[in-house]
Amino acid sequence: MTSAITPIIMPKWGLEMREGTIADWLVEEGTRIEVGMPIMDVETDKISNAVEAPDAGLLRRRVASAGETLPVRALLGVLAEADVSDHDIDAFIQGFEVPAADSGDEDTGPAFDYAEIDGLRVRYARRGPEEGTPLVLIHGFGGDLGNWLFNMDALAEKVPVIALDLPGHGQSAPRLPGTSLVALSDFVAQFLDAIGVSRAHFAGHSMGAAIASQLALVQPSKVASLSLICPAGMGESINTAYTDGFVSAESRRELKPVVELLFDNPELVTRNLLEDLLKYKRIDGIPDVLRALGGALFSDNRQTQTPGLELGATGIPVLVVWGESDQVIPSSQAANAPAGATVEVLKGAGHMVMMEKANDVNALIRRHISA
Amino acid sequence: MVRKISMKLAINEAIDQEMSRDPSVIMMGEDIVGGAGGDGEMDAWGGVLGVTKGLYAKHGNRLLDTPLSESAYIGAAIGAAACGMRPIGELMFIDFMGVCFDQIYNQAAKFRYMFGGKAETPVVIRAMVGAGFRAAAQHSQMLTPLFTHVPGLKVVCPSTPYDTKGLLIQSIRDNDPVIFCEHKNLYGFEGEVPEASYAIPLGEANVVRDGKHVSIVTYGLMVHRALEAAAELSKEGIEAEVIDLRTLSPLDMDTVLDSVTKTGRLVCVDEANPRCSIACDISAQVVQQAFGALKSGIEMVTPPHVPVPFSPVLEDLYIPSGAQIAAAARKTMKGGRQ
Repeated sequence: MTSAITPIIMPKWGLEMREGTIADWLVEEGTRIEVGMPIMDVETDKISNAVEAPDAGLLRRRVASAGETLPVRALLGVLAEADVSDHDIDAFIQGFEVPAADSGDEDTGPAFDYAEIDGLRVRYARRGPEEGTPLVLIHGFGGDLGNWLFNMDALAEKVPVIALDLPGHGQSAPRLPGTSLVALSDFVAQFLDAIGVSRAHFAGHSMGAAIASQLALVQPSKVASLSLICPAGMGESINTAYTDGFVSAESRRELKPVVELLFDNPELVTRNLLEDLLKYKRIDGIPDVLRALGGALFSDNRQTQTPGLELGATGIPVLVVWGESDQVIPSSQAANAPAGATVEVLKGAGHMVMMEKANDVNALIRRHISA
Repeated sequence: MVRKISMKLAINEAIDQEMSRDPSVIMMGEDIVGGAGGDGEMDAWGGVLGVTKGLYAKHGNRLLDTPLSESAYIGAAIGAAACGMRPIGELMFIDFMGVCFDQIYNQAAKFRYMFGGKAETPVVIRAMVGAGFRAAAQHSQMLTPLFTHVPGLKVVCPSTPYDTKGLLIQSIRDNDPVIFCEHKNLYGFEGEVPEASYAIPLGEANVVRDGKHVSIVTYGLMVHRALEAAAELSKEGIEAEVIDLRTLSPLDMDTVLDSVTKTGRLVCVDEANPRCSIACDISAQVVQQAFGALKSGIEMVTPPHVPVPFSPVLEDLYIPSGAQIAAAARKTMKGGRQ
């Protein structure tokens, strides 16, 4: 009878997640679950997020309880129709084995790859199938490919997904190919040539969206579609208190209020999230990179380059997703999206909308690139 | 993934990278090149515990093996710093400070002040600290409070390889004398350390565990004992916040006060002898600045006020344990005001 029983397991968010702690269940036993319904809050050492149901069914048993810390793929709950007996459910729970933590990772080989472009080392991750037009994810100012931890695996179910650390970011070389969007988009194009990608869908966040937009203007044949998430380059105003604060903060106490500007819910900013950012910012050369780049692209609450305003002429399909309470780039700029673009402004999310509303953003991107 | 290396290698890498970056960085100490009778340069042992192994082959005579005279070479390092070099003096065991203390506390620590800010002394004095090495009373002390007491000295005592590399790089770049205390029982402790150079500012404590019931404030090896205690306490429903001070001078009281304001309870853990210790200092400052936040008396966990015993059984009893720290935390949960 076990085929009638569907397990709910601890998801794996990002490449480094090993375990998660159940903060709270959001649904009672006996609830009819639909796909995408938030069913519990889980905290990882990086961030908290709602687990959304991957399958539909009747929630018969909450196996894990609030406060418990469990490995990735551990059994959290059981879905089964009313005609499945409690005895069968007990047997299923008894017999459930958590796969070894690393077995899945070994199948997919090393988590990261490296390429060298013009003497600059680039770290990137490639997930999903070999075939198909890939989706390239470009993070924003001061970010890295880890910003996509709730998106990469979910988006890689159907298409190959490639996420890179831009130069001067993450674990790529702590230097820049230039401080203009042209220089950065040229660099991304060279990187894709080097790894054998001639055409791709692009999803960019913030500055990464401006880079993708710039690429679409200069080399439209490389761009199958654009998904622009809280994009830079789609209007003039930007809150440079964020960019300047991020550059100048040297301690956890200074950085915390700055990073809280990224989220609708500031409690998502954990100690480990801050520590990871500080570890990045402390690397020799990074403060200079951030000062140069931030100074060139954003100063005095103004963006210097706005390629997003010229996308209409390219004919490339554009999706714009914004977190309504974005405190870095105002969501009102969604009105500047090119004619014909799909525009979604999501409530309860700020600048890191792809983290705070991961499932919504994933669904929107999936629909956009399969259209 | 970031690679894992030992604290010993993290020290070696920090010195190597700073010597490569800045030609004014030099190193002096006893047997930091030779030691255990290697034949050639590549075989040079690199210090009594091999911390500087390989550096002579790479940086040559910028590493100076000195005579067995701390007063001479620590004085020479301080003099070289006053003249524009960035020397690292290796004192080997901190217990040997006695014979070169004038050079440290009455010379290096005073130059900036007495010359109206015109003199700088960018020297780092590295030394092994701490008990548990079966090295008896003259090679096992935690003398951090003695240096912290002296204005003009900066004092660092890291607990992880990541912090060790970043704090040592910052100490070398710092323009003031820094006493860099390395717990010898953490030399083999491994952790994730980026290959790139990075500097951690002096004077910033690290919160290594979040908790809401009691704050445990400590540094060095004791951070690991405090984390053991916190894991035990968590099973009983007590969530301890653990703060690693990392640098003792300057001291990040803001982070301590934030934590105590949240938890209302404080356990200070120090491997130094109890009188006039770091634990005393933290306790006094919390009482002065956050008395209203305290829900119970402050607990201190330290060794007894005796020299470090040579008997392994007694030495193990001397060093504060996770169980003692957990017991102190439980005590803060019981008594006191509501």
